[in-house]
Amino acid sequence: MISSLKLTPVKLAPWVATIGLFILWEAACRLFAIPEFVLPAPSKTVAALIEYGPAIWHNAFYTFWVTLLGFALAVVFGLALGIVTGASALVYSAIYPLLVGFNSIPKVAIVPVLVVWFGIGTIPAVLTAFTISFFPIVVNVATGLATLEPELRDVLRALGARKLDILLKVGVPRSMPYFFASLKVAVTLAFVGTVISETVAGNAGMGHLMLTAASSFRVPLVFAGLLVIAVMGVGMYAIFALAERRLVGWAFRGAEQA
Amino acid sequence: MSYGGAAGALPAVADATLHIERGEFVALVGPSGCGKSSLLKIVSGLAKANSGHARIDGREIAGSQASGGRASVGMAFQNATMLPWRSTLENVLLPLEVSRDTRATFRRKKAEHIEAARNLLKVVGLEGYEDHAPYELSGGMQQRASLCRALIHGPELLLLDEPFAALDAFTREELWDVLQNLWLQRKFTVILVTHDLREAAYLADRVYVMSKRPGRIVYERPVALPRPRSLETTFEEDFVALVHVLRDHISEVRAA
Repeated sequence: MISSLKLTPVKLAPWVATIGLFILWEAACRLFAIPEFVLPAPSKTVAALIEYGPAIWHNAFYTFWVTLLGFALAVVFGLALGIVTGASALVYSAIYPLLVGFNSIPKVAIVPVLVVWFGIGTIPAVLTAFTISFFPIVVNVATGLATLEPELRDVLRALGARKLDILLKVGVPRSMPYFFASLKVAVTLAFVGTVISETVAGNAGMGHLMLTAASSFRVPLVFAGLLVIAVMGVGMYAIFALAERRLVGWAFRGAEQA
Repeated sequence: MSYGGAAGALPAVADATLHIERGEFVALVGPSGCGKSSLLKIVSGLAKANSGHARIDGREIAGSQASGGRASVGMAFQNATMLPWRSTLENVLLPLEVSRDTRATFRRKKAEHIEAARNLLKVVGLEGYEDHAPYELSGGMQQRASLCRALIHGPELLLLDEPFAALDAFTREELWDVLQNLWLQRKFTVILVTHDLREAAYLADRVYVMSKRPGRIVYERPVALPRPRSLETTFEEDFVALVHVLRDHISEVRAA
């Protein structure tokens, strides 16, 4: 507990690095007199953030909820499919190539198809966020289940344990660290999916806002948008990292002692 | 192979015929890859022999447990495989939660089961560690807990696949004693697979030496040393001579 209150170099490092990056960026823009429409300095970006505050807030809120909706779908279906895939070698070998193939499709390419099916707006964005964040969850959960120690499975099977019991008591808890690790990655990907969809075919959200701004050369506003998306991504990542520590802390015993 | 009662002796692995009495402690030694572990799998009902028979009390052991195998087998391995998200006590209780015989009544009899688990942990010297996470225990302590998990449901047959092989020499000798005590108290039947000839001689009533794959029994030797055996025993002439003889047989099968 004492160590968590002390400011160690490791704890300070991310702040120093982030602030350092912004100082470097600002300095470079001023030193080389980079035009604002090429690369706006952080100060200009923040100014745009304040100037267009209400519009950014409105669109960020929209993007945030669309992302969470798509991500929630990905969690539910990813977990379910991951468990089925990891628990059965047959399903695993049947589905895995399909998953890899599907994941290899650039999501930007399916947005027009989604628009044809569902029209412009929220649904394509939700589905794009879903499709992009679904894969890491499935793969991680399936991996967690598939790497169950054979000795332990033998111990339980020799007792006459049902497959379902082994799955629920050993397999699923065992795969939870993999699951939470994937959530951190998946939630940031979900933002990518939403913004792609909003950029290609949206009438609201950060993607739409940035596209509009770019087309009228308001580049500081574009960068303000990027900044907001990045902050939302880091925030969600941090929330899931915290949940991971809380819920599957047993998987981190090595790191905590160090 | 056959086990318990007068069922008659039958082959396993290649031409291995073992006849093990109820309550007997048998050690199986042999070079790496001689099929010792396969033999354990057949006895536990996890694998089925292609030919020959494995019987307990004259009853055929089913392959792949699905068709009504028996729940009266306990197993422990070189790797303790404790579940890291469960406390030591909860790890020991796991077999009762899933075993065919106890899972239906587990919740109702939980207090009783916890009592039994605590007693068992006490016998192996883990009193006070019930609520510790497995990773807070040393390798030797985890292996003690693993023995408890293998015995919690009161199995008639305990199968041990090199359970102490990953431990340092001193811890290993401590655990020989722990296992001997458990066995003297409860008198279950044990099949111990090991590479350690002193371990086999220390613990077993009877030692079998297996040949290289395909595994055959090439030597059988009862161990008459009085019990309880102690570390002192291992320095006695009879013990040293026995280990020497076993070593000669291992050298022979390795050279063959």
